[in-house]
Amino acid sequence: MDNVQANPAIHHHAPPQGFIRKNVFSLDHKVIGLQYYGLALVAVFIGMVLSWLMRIHLGWTNAAIPLLDKLSANGAPGGVMTPEYYLSLMTMHGTIMVFFVLTNAPFAGFGNYFLPIQIGAEDMAFPRFNMMSFWTTLVAFLVLITAFFVADGPPIAGWTSYAPLSAVGKDAGPGQALGQTLWAVSIALFCIGQLLGSLNFIATTLDLRTKGMTLSRMPISTWAWFITACIGLLAFAVLLPACILLILDKTAGTSFFIPGGLVVSDNLQPHSGGSPLLWQHLFWFFGHPEVYIAIVPAFGIVSHIIPVFIRKPLLGGTRVMLGCIIAIAFLSYMVWGHHMFLSGMSPYSAMLFSVPTLIITIPSVVATLMWTGSLYGSSIRFTTPMLFCLGFISVFITGGLSGFFLAQPSIDVYLHATYFVVAHFHFVMAVAAIFGIFAGTYFWAPKMFGRMMNETLGKWHFWLTFIGVYCIFMPMHYLGLAGNVRRYAAFTDNYLMPLIPVHQFITVAALCTGAAQFIFFYNLIHTRFWGPKASDNPWDATTLEWDTTSPPPFDNFGGRHLTVSNGPYEYNVQGAKGDYIMQTSPEKPVPKS
Amino acid sequence: MSEATVGEGHAALIESSPYGIQSKKLAMWLFIVSDACTFAALLVGYGFLRIGSLNWTKPFDFSPSIINALVMTVILLTSSLTMLAAVGAAKAGNRPRVFRWLGFTMLLGAIFAAMHLREWFKLFSEGWGLQANPMGGDPQFGATFFGVTGLHLLHVVSGVVALAVIALGYSSKRLDANHVETAGLYWHFVDIVWMFVFPLLYLMNMR
Repeated sequence: MDNVQANPAIHHHAPPQGFIRKNVFSLDHKVIGLQYYGLALVAVFIGMVLSWLMRIHLGWTNAAIPLLDKLSANGAPGGVMTPEYYLSLMTMHGTIMVFFVLTNAPFAGFGNYFLPIQIGAEDMAFPRFNMMSFWTTLVAFLVLITAFFVADGPPIAGWTSYAPLSAVGKDAGPGQALGQTLWAVSIALFCIGQLLGSLNFIATTLDLRTKGMTLSRMPISTWAWFITACIGLLAFAVLLPACILLILDKTAGTSFFIPGGLVVSDNLQPHSGGSPLLWQHLFWFFGHPEVYIAIVPAFGIVSHIIPVFIRKPLLGGTRVMLGCIIAIAFLSYMVWGHHMFLSGMSPYSAMLFSVPTLIITIPSVVATLMWTGSLYGSSIRFTTPMLFCLGFISVFITGGLSGFFLAQPSIDVYLHATYFVVAHFHFVMAVAAIFGIFAGTYFWAPKMFGRMMNETLGKWHFWLTFIGVYCIFMPMHYLGLAGNVRRYAAFTDNYLMPLIPVHQFITVAALCTGAAQFIFFYNLIHTRFWGPKASDNPWDATTLEWDTTSPPPFDNFGGRHLTVSNGPYEYNVQGAKGDYIMQTSPEKPVPKS
Repeated sequence: MSEATVGEGHAALIESSPYGIQSKKLAMWLFIVSDACTFAALLVGYGFLRIGSLNWTKPFDFSPSIINALVMTVILLTSSLTMLAAVGAAKAGNRPRVFRWLGFTMLLGAIFAAMHLREWFKLFSEGWGLQANPMGGDPQFGATFFGVTGLHLLHVVSGVVALAVIALGYSSKRLDANHVETAGLYWHFVDIVWMFVFPLLYLMNMR
């Protein structure tokens, strides 16, 4: 034990005492992971309710929504949403979902919980940074939520917060003064939390792997979290100054993003010399890697779970999937301009961004082929986690296919800012990444809570959600091709009115799918407190998290220092006891003769 | 405490890091990478706005403005040298020398900050501000100049504070040579950023 104490990187803290230390201000990565996950659950619930409000308004524009006037008397007099309030709800929906759900749950949530365990470590390299990063993220969330309750309401500029609308202030609309500033402060704080987290993940993965856990023996989910942290380290570092410049524009009278001669609401704005395009460049330089931060952990989780339920390693092994993820991460920094095809940029610049965007589809397709190819000829155990992995593959393909179209400027001219784009990003982000979160939840709940989730409820949840999301988002491709512009609160033009029945169908599908999520909430809560007890390794899986109790003790392995002898996915091994060999087992796979 | 790399002394328990440095030093390198991206974003923004500007002002005469900035540059570079000496002394275990050289570094950093603030206040008195350009040109000059140099100044001041914390910790033996070296990494980073800020914001704005 003493020689371990000499290593400054290993923290041998005694088990925490007291409720506050154990559950609130905890240094334990498992508690912090669950705190992030809980924050994401609250955030997704709020984001989902916002989407229902939006959808109801889109289908039935003059509907009086009960209780909405309590939330905002200005925004919804008599319960009927004003167009500006629709934009506010849309802005908050996007911001909450992209930042506080999709960046939190798969990366900070599951990553914090399982990365140290999967590499055989006792905790993250910097537990105090870890705690700080969660609390910073929580404060960021609370700052954002206060925007609902300030006099003028939340901002209306969308999650992308384009200048000059976001920078001009009160003249630009309700919520653009204090609401928008709160948004910028919240996101700046979020950046700081994420940077601290990324630092921790990278240092932990490089420095705290247990004996025998070479980089090539790390599970693919660990690699995915590690690479996500690398992407985040650079991306959030650019969003932070962008938000600070925006705050300066709004509070200190600068004009980083506001050009001269701008007349808004009949008022000549007292600014000049700035560039709205600068905001777009800075934002999307962050924004594109951000969407890969949202999906790469899901790649990792799905690639980690599939071998367990086909009882075979993934086609191509960890190596090919890792190569795909690294290629995607690298290319993600070169494509940001594809969000700006219609910003007035030169067609030559557009081509410069379009080419790497099309190239990035190659590793994505290879990854998809690896998953589907692994399924071929396999005997699949259709558990709920596996169903969500299969669903992930399906929606990722669907969402990716629409990406091919949007990647080409000549087609994007027609499809930009239509519902085609909305369909694309919801499929790849809202559905695929969420399915990754669901797969991870059902798979790892036995380990985290020591209890098995109910399979019947899980299957109902899967099928209702899977059918539901297709009903919601498939028609949006059609709407986009028909010219339906996005971010409109109502459709009053002649060419849009015939599309309203499609919107109404989508709304009904959205409400039903939303209702189906309560099956999941119920299942999760019920399992946590009253579920049937789980064994240490209920799925017969090989990686290190299954070599400890369910739930793990505070130092993850009860004082044991594991030695890893095998790779992460030794399934269907000839002559092994059972059909798998755990990573920590001294048994070696017999080479095929 | 000896220069312990991760894995040394308990090779039986942990895989060694591919970088062979302590976690805290690795964390500082990672922080430096992200902070470099932040400064890069700001400098790119400055370039973007400047290239797009029709009436950019170049307010700095060689004397006294550029000479002042040159002196500041020499001071900051010297402080990096003194920091190197402090790290060297720490590695050699020469405790009194560490405090001496850390002291010099903090002093030079403080002088840099004071000269910078003096320059700022002189500009304010001439009518420059975040959006004010007394020479009638693009108001973006003030925004970008004060924005970029302001962020750098913040890093210098927090660096001086951090060095004080390191010195205190080193004197009470709570911290060791590795911590001094890690602080040195930060200090050199702040210096390197200045080596970009000086040509881009001072020399290129010379009248």
